[in-house]
Amino acid sequence: MPTLTNTKRTGSGRIDVALIGCSHHTAPVEIRERVTFSPEQAIAAAEELRKRRILDEAVVLSTCNRSELYGVPTDQGPAAADAMEVFLTSFHGVPRADLNGRLYRWRGPDAVRHLFRVASGLDSMMLGEAEILGQLRTAYGQALEHGSTGPVLNRMFQGAIEVGKRVRSETEVGARPMSVALAGVKLAERVFGNLKGHSALILGAGAVAEQVVENLRNRGIGRLRVVNRSFDHAEELARKMGGEAIEWSSLERVLGVPDIVIASIGGTGAVLTRALLERAIAARDGQPMFVVDLGVPRNITDDAAGLYNLYLYNIDDLGEIVEQNKKARESEVPRAEAIIAEHIAKFESWRAALEAGSIVEDLRDSFHKHRESLIREKLAEMDDVSPEERARIARITEELIDRVLEQPSQKLRRSREMRGHLAGLDALRHLFGLDSVKDEDKD
Amino acid sequence: MTHYYLGYISLALYTASFLCYARFLYVPDLWLGRMGTFLLASGIVMHYFALLERSRWIHTVPYNDLYGSMSLFAWLLGVTYLGLELFHRQRSVGAFVTLLLIVWIVLLAALAPNEAPPPPPARGPLFAFHVTLNTWAYAAFALSFVLSLIYLGQDRVLRSRKLATPFWRFPALDVLDRMARSSVYVGLAALIMGVIMGFVWAHRLSGGYSWGDPKVVITLAILAAYVAYLRLSRSTAWRGARAAKLCAFNFAVVLFSYTFVNLYLTRFHRFF
Repeated sequence: MPTLTNTKRTGSGRIDVALIGCSHHTAPVEIRERVTFSPEQAIAAAEELRKRRILDEAVVLSTCNRSELYGVPTDQGPAAADAMEVFLTSFHGVPRADLNGRLYRWRGPDAVRHLFRVASGLDSMMLGEAEILGQLRTAYGQALEHGSTGPVLNRMFQGAIEVGKRVRSETEVGARPMSVALAGVKLAERVFGNLKGHSALILGAGAVAEQVVENLRNRGIGRLRVVNRSFDHAEELARKMGGEAIEWSSLERVLGVPDIVIASIGGTGAVLTRALLERAIAARDGQPMFVVDLGVPRNITDDAAGLYNLYLYNIDDLGEIVEQNKKARESEVPRAEAIIAEHIAKFESWRAALEAGSIVEDLRDSFHKHRESLIREKLAEMDDVSPEERARIARITEELIDRVLEQPSQKLRRSREMRGHLAGLDALRHLFGLDSVKDEDKD
Repeated sequence: MTHYYLGYISLALYTASFLCYARFLYVPDLWLGRMGTFLLASGIVMHYFALLERSRWIHTVPYNDLYGSMSLFAWLLGVTYLGLELFHRQRSVGAFVTLLLIVWIVLLAALAPNEAPPPPPARGPLFAFHVTLNTWAYAAFALSFVLSLIYLGQDRVLRSRKLATPFWRFPALDVLDRMARSSVYVGLAALIMGVIMGFVWAHRLSGGYSWGDPKVVITLAILAAYVAYLRLSRSTAWRGARAAKLCAFNFAVVLFSYTFVNLYLTRFHRFF
């Protein structure tokens, strides 16, 4: 794992992270799809950004909802973001005007906050979704593997992954189901526990029903049967869903078997009556039955809801539960933000240490330059100084610089508070003329 | 009086365990749950030493008065729950059980005697097992009562469709049902063995059985009630919430037996 000692930026002053990108918040899919990166492109782009000396460290994060370039600009001035934008547009061959107003730019702690919010799912289309953390981990892993990261981005992305994990484990931001299909399955789990080995019956078909089946399959549901008015259609659905097709006429006979019934027959009205379901539960020896009615108009008569050991939910019930969950997730955002703020402070403290360390190193370089020119200038006027004495003077002045800088170096190493104080002290750099030294170096 | 201090420490551990379990209902952090279990186990160990010290203090079994009996009940409740938690791998009801433990122990404090009660006549190990096993049975039934109440609450919430945060953490109805049944099995096994030992002890003492004693009658009724619960909870008409209600009702009878019958009705079982 790269460490502080690996940094290539030692002695170069400010170390800020820059970010440009667009997401579903700022750009429609027609724009996003034009600036998306495949994994190979992401690696190539990061490489190119470093080669062109736009960024010293680079990570490209590209998902269906966002394309973002993170990096430590070689030039820490305001032009860095422009250079990143030009690169982004030229890489994809998109006219810059097309992205006008679609791109966001963040710098320093704001860029860190953005990444941490992304990792936590707070910036996602569906609040708290978990997939983004995996995508972020993959993007960072690839960049790390190809050597396009350095100590700053390593620290920042590792921090982001930790924040993402903490937010999901310590808050409810990602805990409750947010889709009707998943809510139905999660509710079934509240009744049966582990769904492995339980059986389900699908009546009819529909997009939501298919999603429910997919979720049931993911949870290891056992026997899956499909019933439709048209047996051919039932067979087709059964093939698609990986189940067994049943004749419509056998519905009552098979209704007593499944633990879970998903009804989604369009335009027919009530198919399952209270009496039919009552007989089905009796045939199941009174074992609970979980029924989801996704049909509009409803496929199950209203009075069935009162049946003992029957848990019946219609599309509106599930919609209401999803809405409750959405509100509950939103109410957790402040707690997630508090975790993010805590990690930003940690990262900033670390970054300040890196920066403060570089101030002392720059100061040392500056003193040495002054020392050398002073010795050259003064000794030129002294003809009677022997070479041994000259060497001795050089050693003494060198030692003087080391002694003068020893205390501040130690204090910086030991005191986090001191590093914090120095974090924004551009004035210190200016006071000792270190910014001009840096500019001279560049020239 | 060391046992009192040990008792306070166990109370503090139970309270800390409750806080962890309660937080675990809201925050999906596995370590919180594990910490709850660890603190509960520590509280149980400390409670054991409190009972042991009390035995040394009064020179007899720790449950020869109401305070000691209730303390043993609380300890056995904790032990039984911990066993069930590990067996069913379910921590979500820990908050309720530890809360019951805390309330029970706080109530105990009001009964704590300042001086050692006079030692009872020696009754032998058979009698000691009889009392301990019956107390264990009551503790297990108390646990099944808590689980049944949670089942009924969960069932109500599922039907109301107003699903607050802890709902998503509670065990499934099926798991609660199995846990309650496991607890009743433990209780029944302990009760049957305890009753048998009681009969053997009584027979050795007097050469006969006191069938007419209200405590004996109600204990046999409790036994029958829980056997009925186990049977009915697998029948078509009773499976689910009705069985949970029956389990809760049965515990009301246990409480009646443990308090009113023990204190006012029985002649042979009024030991304190």
